[in-house]
Amino acid sequence: QRGGVCSCGWRLPQKVTVEVLDHLEHLALVDFRDSEGVERLQKAIQFADQLHEVNTDGVEPMDSVLEDRCLYLREDDVTEGNCTEELLKNAREKVEEYFVAPPGNIPLPKLEERETFLKGS
Amino acid sequence: MMGNTMSLVSAALKEGRVAPTELCQRCLSLIKSTKFLNAYITVAEETALKQAEESEKRYRRGQPLGVLDGIPIAVKDNFNTAGIETTCASNMLKGYISPYNATVVQKLLDQGAVLLGKTNLDEFAMGSGSTDGVFGPVRNPWSYSRQYKEKSVPKSHSEDKDSNWVITGGSSGGSAAAVSSFTCFAALGSDTGGSTRNPAAHCGVVGLKPTYGLISRHGLIPLVNSMDVPGILTRCVDDAAVVLGSLAGHDPKDSTTIQDNFKPFELSNLPDVSKLSIGIPKEYHAPGLSSEILALWSKAADLFKNAGAKVIEVSLPHTRYSIVCYHVLCTAEVASNMARFDGLEYGHRSDMNKSTESMYAATRREGFNDVVRGRILSGNYFMLKQNYENYFIKAQKVRRLIANDFVKVFGSGVDILLTPTTLSDAVPYTEFIKEDNRTRSAQDDILTQAANMAGLPAINVPTALSERGLPVGLQFIGRSFQEKQLLTVAKWFEKQVKFPTIQLEEVKRHDHGVFQHQKSASFL
Repeated sequence: QRGGVCSCGWRLPQKVTVEVLDHLEHLALVDFRDSEGVERLQKAIQFADQLHEVNTDGVEPMDSVLEDRCLYLREDDVTEGNCTEELLKNAREKVEEYFVAPPGNIPLPKLEERETFLKGS
Repeated sequence: MMGNTMSLVSAALKEGRVAPTELCQRCLSLIKSTKFLNAYITVAEETALKQAEESEKRYRRGQPLGVLDGIPIAVKDNFNTAGIETTCASNMLKGYISPYNATVVQKLLDQGAVLLGKTNLDEFAMGSGSTDGVFGPVRNPWSYSRQYKEKSVPKSHSEDKDSNWVITGGSSGGSAAAVSSFTCFAALGSDTGGSTRNPAAHCGVVGLKPTYGLISRHGLIPLVNSMDVPGILTRCVDDAAVVLGSLAGHDPKDSTTIQDNFKPFELSNLPDVSKLSIGIPKEYHAPGLSSEILALWSKAADLFKNAGAKVIEVSLPHTRYSIVCYHVLCTAEVASNMARFDGLEYGHRSDMNKSTESMYAATRREGFNDVVRGRILSGNYFMLKQNYENYFIKAQKVRRLIANDFVKVFGSGVDILLTPTTLSDAVPYTEFIKEDNRTRSAQDDILTQAANMAGLPAINVPTALSERGLPVGLQFIGRSFQEKQLLTVAKWFEKQVKFPTIQLEEVKRHDHGVFQHQKSASFL
């Protein structure tokens, strides 16, 4: 059983639970498909855990290598647009100038009701 | 003619020794006869010929747009190209016709370049072999070279002589193969963890990763917004400088491009390295580095010493964490960037229509391959509330340490770093696929990734052939926005090593003109 605390005070987790996996499938709207998918995640986490060997006390996170510069902001003027027809060309389902989506506000079915590998885990 | 550099062909076009349409036809024809390389996903034959015709009119009037006018080029299939399918080698974007040109594509077209087609890659640029796209793997042209065939021991007569073909490296393998096999004079790739330099090394071409912020990413389908850059692949350093000159500079459509004025430059024909300080980072002597490449690296260092440059060992202590750091930051950004693919506005859409969420889920299940899905799920894991601080923020802190390593070294007077680009020469496809994508990427990106972390410019220069007759390259890493110095050093090195020309049957058959052989003396 893994446990223990690394130098930055962070406790190493036990194996990833089904609840977390289910949560991830909801957030990502991508499924694990099979045990290989789950294994892949566990290996990814193990790999990432090596980060905790590094002492980062007093170090600020870096968002961008260009952090010392100001991002370019242009004037708030309309310079392009009016390309509705062009953009609609790539959509499969449309009606007049609308993209057609299936009904919203219907949550993804719960684990027990989904066609997912995680069912019965 | 086909093996020539861009500058020589450009001169030939100007002098009327060859016409743009003829050049275009030859390239298209060579693409057809090298189809087995699978370097191209889409060949835009009609539009290319039209562009060539327009170029020809300009040359006849004596008004070419510049050095790039009439030059056939190829573009990696993760750049948007108006009216031409852009797939990212994924089912998710099969059939997607871009409504606009990426800025870099537009710039090339504005200079009169002839866009031959879109090149193959790993799906969504995730990978280091160009083997994981839906259109199949790309084959390294050197697999079919006389140099490689002479060195391979045939296993048996009955065995398919094709079975020991080697990979191009990735993810810009199609672009590298296209340039290497003479079907175009330059190609665009992208570089997030080494995706331009890695295949450049394996295919024996020049692969330039510019400083982050120098070239616009507008229209480049993003992988990691804070690390992606368009990459340039050519057959010589001078050509890379020409392409860089036409692409670099602020783009109002990409606010991460710097606003400083960029001055295109020409490299001196007599580059001088005697006043430079070359750093050799000891951590790049990574586990798994082949003894061949180690020897080449050492010889290269000696070359610089003998030319009067100061060559010193330096340390970039956090190098080995670069891959782990990349793994977390990349998957996190990927999770965010791939969220746009839901089937609603473009790309693949599932037939499932019970609810928006289930349609999105089904679309993404059908459209993405395992590699992409795996990274999305990992990325989401690292960004869960309970993990954000310990993984994502932690990785950002480690990123700063990696970037600071370089700042310290360049601050101590070192001008350029010299390192290997890859751990070995290209491996056979059958061997490569024995390990999964993430493992391979982690192994192969180790020498190239840190430059992306720190946003620094880096270039692969083909150096010599390995014992197996395959290309090996060395990498130079420069200071931010000091591409001129970087390319000057690269050009000097290129002149010293005289990397041999690939000897391909298919090219010989197509090249009716004088096939210029390079000097037989080589670096080894």
